[in-house]
Amino acid sequence: MNEELFKKVNEKISAKFPDAIEASDLAYDFPSYTIKKDNIHEVLEFLKNDEELNFHFLTDLTGFQTADEKQLGVIYHLHNMPKNYRVRIRTYFDINKPEIPTATDIWPGANWMERETFDFYGVRFKGHPKLKRILNVDEMDIFPMRKEYPLEDQARDDKDDKMFGR
Amino acid sequence: MSKKDNTIPESEETIEKEYSILNLGPTHPATHGIFQNILKMDGEIIHEAEPTVGYIHRAFEKLAERRPYNQITPITDRLNYCSSPINNMGWHMTVEKLIGCTVPKRVDYMRVIIMELARIADHLVCNSVIGVDTGAMTGFLYIFQWREKIYDIYEGICGARLTTNIGRIGGFEREWSKDVWDKIHNFLKEYPKALKEFSNLLERNKIFMDRTVNCGPISAKMALEYSFTGPNLRAAGVDYDVRVATPYSSYQDFDFIIPIGTAGDTYDRFMVRQEEMWQSLKIIEQAIKNMPKDQPFHADLPEFYLPPKEEVYNNMEALIYHFKIVMGETEVPKGEVYHCVEGGNGELGFYLVSDGGRTPYRLHFRRPCFIYYQAYSEMVKGIMLSDAIITMSSMNVIAGELDA
Repeated sequence: MNEELFKKVNEKISAKFPDAIEASDLAYDFPSYTIKKDNIHEVLEFLKNDEELNFHFLTDLTGFQTADEKQLGVIYHLHNMPKNYRVRIRTYFDINKPEIPTATDIWPGANWMERETFDFYGVRFKGHPKLKRILNVDEMDIFPMRKEYPLEDQARDDKDDKMFGR
Repeated sequence: MSKKDNTIPESEETIEKEYSILNLGPTHPATHGIFQNILKMDGEIIHEAEPTVGYIHRAFEKLAERRPYNQITPITDRLNYCSSPINNMGWHMTVEKLIGCTVPKRVDYMRVIIMELARIADHLVCNSVIGVDTGAMTGFLYIFQWREKIYDIYEGICGARLTTNIGRIGGFEREWSKDVWDKIHNFLKEYPKALKEFSNLLERNKIFMDRTVNCGPISAKMALEYSFTGPNLRAAGVDYDVRVATPYSSYQDFDFIIPIGTAGDTYDRFMVRQEEMWQSLKIIEQAIKNMPKDQPFHADLPEFYLPPKEEVYNNMEALIYHFKIVMGETEVPKGEVYHCVEGGNGELGFYLVSDGGRTPYRLHFRRPCFIYYQAYSEMVKGIMLSDAIITMSSMNVIAGELDA
């Protein structure tokens, strides 16, 4: 159903930015592209300003950690409402150097979504107007959604919390 | 003219302007939830607002990474707790999309009925609370009994009222009883009268209009830039509705209109929600009328849908599936899906990444509240404090959805 859109976006990006696309797929009928970190800002800007594609609406922005725990990612869901085009843009980068340009200059609505991503994954969005924690307390010194911080082991028995009815 | 006339007298030059800082929240009856706004006030005018959120953050995304798929449904209840069934259904449909399951048409229609009832409950709370914040308690007290009746319908279907956990992956937990159908029919018969009275009370009320018209407006352009969805975007004049743009659960079968506003102010948001309730009633009527007969109330999906208890005792396959579902050992395909539904507040999205394990690898909720609340500080700049309160209640900011 979305094959046409998938090809069109692919062609448009590769024409403008050769080798910016690392991978692309159409799983579950949703065009997705993995873009190189260095190109991400200009690709997003291009997708928004291109007259035909015009992804004027940022549906969602969120963080991601790859299974080998060495890379972080940011996932963008873009939407063109009049034509009902939706695409997913991913970008991955080294977990030790989690820096990526902000998208707030393209979509002001990215502001809190980027703050949330910073809060949970520690992605530093360069150029963000006010990058600080949003849902967690300011004093927190970890990035809780990373896989290195697992939830408490449910089987542990070394805790004395009779008061909490366990 | 001499030069002297244009200069400001010396005495005024020395007056320093000071703003007073006012804490609105975290617990304040007018904010309808736990969030704080640090306001910089110039008299009664808001100069700057600095929202702080996260007071009821419960780490749902992290929790979801440990839970099997059917145990995530209760988490979704607690997002927008004014319309939990929509969240539940949205989650069920996301999983169905991932595992590639199609449900019978009848399930779709039953889901539509429940989701539209939930939308009515959501909008009803929001609109009556706008009334309360403008000083009209009557409408709130009067219309609230109808939310109670909707909750009675939920109760008949799933046993719970607020955090419903309604339905299962693949359909509904049981056939709806005659009592439930009676309650739905009764609701459809009686509610329009109450809603009409509620409209008469507020819609053309001079006091109400003076308070809400041109209060906290947002332009369509700015609303789109700030990723607004739902009634708040439609009030600004953009006819985007997920039910129409990307139909799910057979919404393409129904005939309804998308109400839109023009100014994006509090009054328009109120009116859009008001009209959406009428449209929801229309959809429910159509769903009941065209409900397919002789179809089961769930899909044939043994890996996810719990078998009837009698079969568990007498049938080996049923016992195995029952065990696997309860222990959360069901296999799911690898994949990455995004599914969105039109929640009470806008596009409620589920971004789900599965690595084939028993739990999601990553689950992200696109919560409309969280995304549009960031425009609040922009919207209240330069307006009166009392207007900021009704702007917030007309945006329907739900703390549970805001903080996840």
